[in-house]
Amino acid sequence: MGHASLERKAVTPQRIMAAADVLAFHEFEEATTLLAETPDAATTSQRDALTSREHVAVAVGSGYGAPEVEDEGDKTALLQEEKPQPRFWTFDYYQSFFDVDTSQVLDRIKGSLLPHPGYNFVRHHLRNRPDLYGPFWICATLAFVLAVTGNLTLVLAQRRDSSIHYSPQFHKVTVAGITIYCYAWLVPLALWGFLRWRQGTREHMELYTFLETVCVYGYSLSVFVPTVILWLIPVEWLQWLFGALALALSAAGLVFTLWPVVREDTRLVAAALLSIVVLLHALLALGCKLYFFQPLPLEHVIPAPQATPLSPSILPPTSARSMTTL
Amino acid sequence: MAEAEESSGELETATPRPLFAGLSDISISQDIPIEGEITIPMQGRARELDRSTLNESVRHTIMRDLKAVGKKFMHVLYPRRSNVLLRDWDLWGPLILCVTLALMLQKGSVDGEKDGGPQFAEVFVIVWFGAVTITLNSKLLGGNISFFQSLCVLGYCILPLTVAMLICRLVLLAGQGPINFMIRLFVVVVMFIWSVVASTAFLADSHPPNRKALAVYPVFLFYFVISWMILTFTP
Repeated sequence: MGHASLERKAVTPQRIMAAADVLAFHEFEEATTLLAETPDAATTSQRDALTSREHVAVAVGSGYGAPEVEDEGDKTALLQEEKPQPRFWTFDYYQSFFDVDTSQVLDRIKGSLLPHPGYNFVRHHLRNRPDLYGPFWICATLAFVLAVTGNLTLVLAQRRDSSIHYSPQFHKVTVAGITIYCYAWLVPLALWGFLRWRQGTREHMELYTFLETVCVYGYSLSVFVPTVILWLIPVEWLQWLFGALALALSAAGLVFTLWPVVREDTRLVAAALLSIVVLLHALLALGCKLYFFQPLPLEHVIPAPQATPLSPSILPPTSARSMTTL
Repeated sequence: MAEAEESSGELETATPRPLFAGLSDISISQDIPIEGEITIPMQGRARELDRSTLNESVRHTIMRDLKAVGKKFMHVLYPRRSNVLLRDWDLWGPLILCVTLALMLQKGSVDGEKDGGPQFAEVFVIVWFGAVTITLNSKLLGGNISFFQSLCVLGYCILPLTVAMLICRLVLLAGQGPINFMIRLFVVVVMFIWSVVASTAFLADSHPPNRKALAVYPVFLFYFVISWMILTFTP
């Protein structure tokens, strides 16, 4: 298809360049036709003799048609030679998931904080380069911030009402960590598995890889970090308002990202899947709010008689007072 | 060599021109100095010591290690751009600091299993697994620092926080109250900033500038958690 005609002419430099141009244009046509068929490929042109304008670097658009504008990072990645994929037991395999800069991480966090319809987090921000830095450290930050602010709430509550028994409650750090990490890694696994099972028979181009799903979930939890800090304000209705706002933003980001994938499926499955995703997210937010930020939990009063048997006389008044203030 | 000499000696008697007579005319040693010791300059001293450390007294051995640890403490307390911590890393200092911190964070009386402060094992795990996680993160981001060097730096930079813990315990002996709390808060904040600055001074050069913040943020989180454990300690 792309052969230059072999005629008997003198071989001059101009003819060679013209032949090269013809070959280049043919290759471009071939590349565009191939891309139209399989949009998830990215092409590179590895011929060093040609000038840079002939490098065909087209990023994948999710059916948007025109090639998207790239940033420097993507361009340099595509211009490199095709290296053999490192195996999963080598260090380089995992290093490829941490190939991000500070500006990229901040950009992804901003993208997850402000979702709007038609704004696909995976296509716009991840651009087929998911990272593990964001999900891991956002989960760690959220776990520690939850434990610290929960403890601070107890300190502030004790200031106002000195009958509350204060303790560092260090075990909550462990609980927070396990909960957040399990949510942010097991739920994407289940979601990815379910989507793969549903799309198994059809050759669908929109399927996200496991890492992209983990990224979406991890970055969507980033909106909870400032919310948890704002939960220090002891006004009850304000706390519920902030919680609802954060949940709405976070769940909206998830839904808008998952919508292009599930809309190809039946209505029932799509609606059920999206509602389960939102429900799990809401359960997480609610659980965190209730477990870490209960201002006057009764458990603080009940173990006291077992631990301090020396002061049973002060117990009934304190329990009565805490129940009234709750 | 002996054979050559022998053969040259025989040939000298047999022929007027010996076989290897021309060798002395080449005189390589005058053109290219090939004399000298084949040693690596930095390890010259260690090689000398290797021969004699078996015979020295136990006190001498222990004092040498303690002096090395003490020297690194000084480098942490007055952070300059030096690479003593990186070049001669050791993990004795971090172990001593971690055990001291974990012991000081123990309460005298058991207040109730679930509501107490961090147990010894929890502090140990947080410090060591936190340091390992930060080191792995740093290496995965492409930093050119070795695993144990990074562990060494992170462990030694807990020293200001251990000093803060000591001061907090002394201050708490005077009883609790708001002034007491403000003093403790001030001391812990100052020591936290000192720790972060000290570890950044050692670790910052190993990353390209567009990833420095990504590598420093986990260090900040690590020292923040340790500071929190120190601040919330109540006897």
